[in-house]
Amino acid sequence: MARTTSLIDPAPDIIADKGVTDQNDVPILVQDLTVAYHRKPVLWDIDFSIPEGKIIGIIGPNGAGKSTLLKAILDLIPKASGRILIYGKPYRQQRAKVGYVPQRESVDWDFPVNALDVVAMGQYGKIGWFKPVTRKHKTLAMESLERVGMADYANRQISQLSGGQQQRVFLARALVQDAQIYFMDEPFAGVDAATETAIVKLLQQFRSIGKTVVVIHHDLQTVKDYFDYLIMLNMRIVATGNTSEIFTPENLQKTYGGRLTLLDEAVQAIAREGDRRL
Amino acid sequence: MQWTSLDTWIVVTGVLSAVSCALLGNFMVLRRLSMMGDAISHAVLPGLAIAFLVTGSRDSVTMFIGAAIVGVLTAVFTQSIHYLGKVEESAAMGVVFTTLFALGLILIVRAADAVDLDPGCVLYGAIELVPLDTKSVLGYEIPRAALTTGLVAIINILFVVIFYKELKLTSFDPALATTLGINSQLMHYLLMTAVAVTAVAAFECVGSILVIAMMIVPAASAHLLTDRLHTMILVSVILGSASAVLGHVAAITVPKIWGFEDTNTAGMIAVVSGVIFFITMLAAPRHGVISKVLHQFILSVRIAREDILGLVYRFEEMGVMDNVHEVKRLMKQLTGTGPLLYATAVASLRHDGKIRLVDQGFQLSAPGKKAANSVIRSHRLWESYLHRYLKYPVEHLHFSAERLEHVTDDSMRERLATRTDSPTVDPHGKTIPEEISNGGRK
Repeated sequence: MARTTSLIDPAPDIIADKGVTDQNDVPILVQDLTVAYHRKPVLWDIDFSIPEGKIIGIIGPNGAGKSTLLKAILDLIPKASGRILIYGKPYRQQRAKVGYVPQRESVDWDFPVNALDVVAMGQYGKIGWFKPVTRKHKTLAMESLERVGMADYANRQISQLSGGQQQRVFLARALVQDAQIYFMDEPFAGVDAATETAIVKLLQQFRSIGKTVVVIHHDLQTVKDYFDYLIMLNMRIVATGNTSEIFTPENLQKTYGGRLTLLDEAVQAIAREGDRRL
Repeated sequence: MQWTSLDTWIVVTGVLSAVSCALLGNFMVLRRLSMMGDAISHAVLPGLAIAFLVTGSRDSVTMFIGAAIVGVLTAVFTQSIHYLGKVEESAAMGVVFTTLFALGLILIVRAADAVDLDPGCVLYGAIELVPLDTKSVLGYEIPRAALTTGLVAIINILFVVIFYKELKLTSFDPALATTLGINSQLMHYLLMTAVAVTAVAAFECVGSILVIAMMIVPAASAHLLTDRLHTMILVSVILGSASAVLGHVAAITVPKIWGFEDTNTAGMIAVVSGVIFFITMLAAPRHGVISKVLHQFILSVRIAREDILGLVYRFEEMGVMDNVHEVKRLMKQLTGTGPLLYATAVASLRHDGKIRLVDQGFQLSAPGKKAANSVIRSHRLWESYLHRYLKYPVEHLHFSAERLEHVTDDSMRERLATRTDSPTVDPHGKTIPEEISNGGRK
């Protein structure tokens, strides 16, 4: 179902819309989410839910709040208001169901670890405090590396890998987490064409075994090929729905520029002021 | 050199401090918090001073608590000023630790009459005096400082062993750690607390200024020497301990060579750490300067060899036999190859039997011909490719192809040929040689 938010067409209440009973089947439900940095809103009144077992793209211009949305869902940054439910429960109770692939630039690749070490890190949450990484965990990490075609590089220090190989190591780490929902922050940034194809295949494998994958994406050319479902974001939700229905020139225009609505102008004015009453 | 039990205790205390500091230093270096170690080691001073003033004693426990609290406050203040005041993090750190340090100095000067504490000792430490202040343990007289640093060393070893996995993950990828339920902030403050406690313990040995040398320098050296975290930690501990031992030995021997009195051990420990770091930076196998320069030179020789083969091939193609001077001139002019590099490349080509010198001309041998053939084929296929697919103008083709030919292996050359439909001439009209197959098979 496609849903478009604007001034004339107010957002339908998602609870009333979906019914409270099936909340536990919804991978992600976001209600009234507002996030602010230094009191300036970055995300404004976000409402959406996503379907299970799909590859979902988040698209929007730079500064639209795409990464912020992921971080808010993952409870990495505080929310100004709103709530987020993962299969009907707050994130803290559902950690094991969620896998996260951060942006490649977010870590120091000169860190003294090899590819296998990095993949094994995906299991640290399950291993728990005070307990060491055992042979069993290393075997699982190795299997995961094999699945992304990186087994030969297990003992390489990670700075000696190419950008595409580094991204595959991150995906292997997500794989070993064995989550239900995966969040990926620009997995295609700075990788070669072969790796991009390999990553897409892997995402499709995830989907085929019923996992939900949420990907922040930049390249509009490939949106139709990669994603079943889209979240078009620019501080507010512009549209969410099946790619075939909502990936339209009008929605792209609304997401990536064009005329601002009065609400957009007001929100941007608030952002400039950073008013503390918000 | 006169070695007494005093020297043994000085070295033992130094090594224990070095071990405690180096263990934590690894994580400070990897988290890019090296200066935070320095900040905390300075900022604990008011904590110490207040503890002295309040209790009037140099009791270890009070000292530790006072200093640890202020140490953690340093980290908290820095974060808050950075976030609330929108001040750059290193600037925030600068504001916090200088203020606290100055406050500490004022308190010490105020208290100097009442309490047995000397600002000089705080800055440089007094490791030479360590054996004089002893405590009786099970009938043995053991220096108090050796006991405290020993205790801290044990605490730090346990800390790193128990939280190894958590420290590793929160240092490498704090966001992932937090999503997995391992609280990065908590680990950060645990580490800062450990750093504060260690700084206090190391205070008496090396003083607040030189704590940073023990904390950061061995870890920075170790980082250059290894690619695995556990090895890095081990190496840093070994280097730190070696610096402590050699530092003291140097302090009591080196000045004597010139007829001076013994010098400050803490200073010498820092100097030795620095020297070890400098040697490591030059000589480390993979990350060292020498290895990088050598690697670069080997690469330059390979490229020069390929360029020379290419030039000789082209001269033979044109039927020019007396080419020695022209090759040298063109190498200088086109690729900027200096005399040393040129001489090395020619010598190695002749040594490998790739080229022969006949009168005033280079000639390609059979293996030389094969190698040159690959270079020329790569070059001209690249020109065809760039012209066809990237629409490069003909006069721009050569210089791009000149670079690309050196990174083109057999399989890439094959793919290039396929993509350009195996042309027989390049865009300049020159013949593209056929691939010479191995062992003369057709």
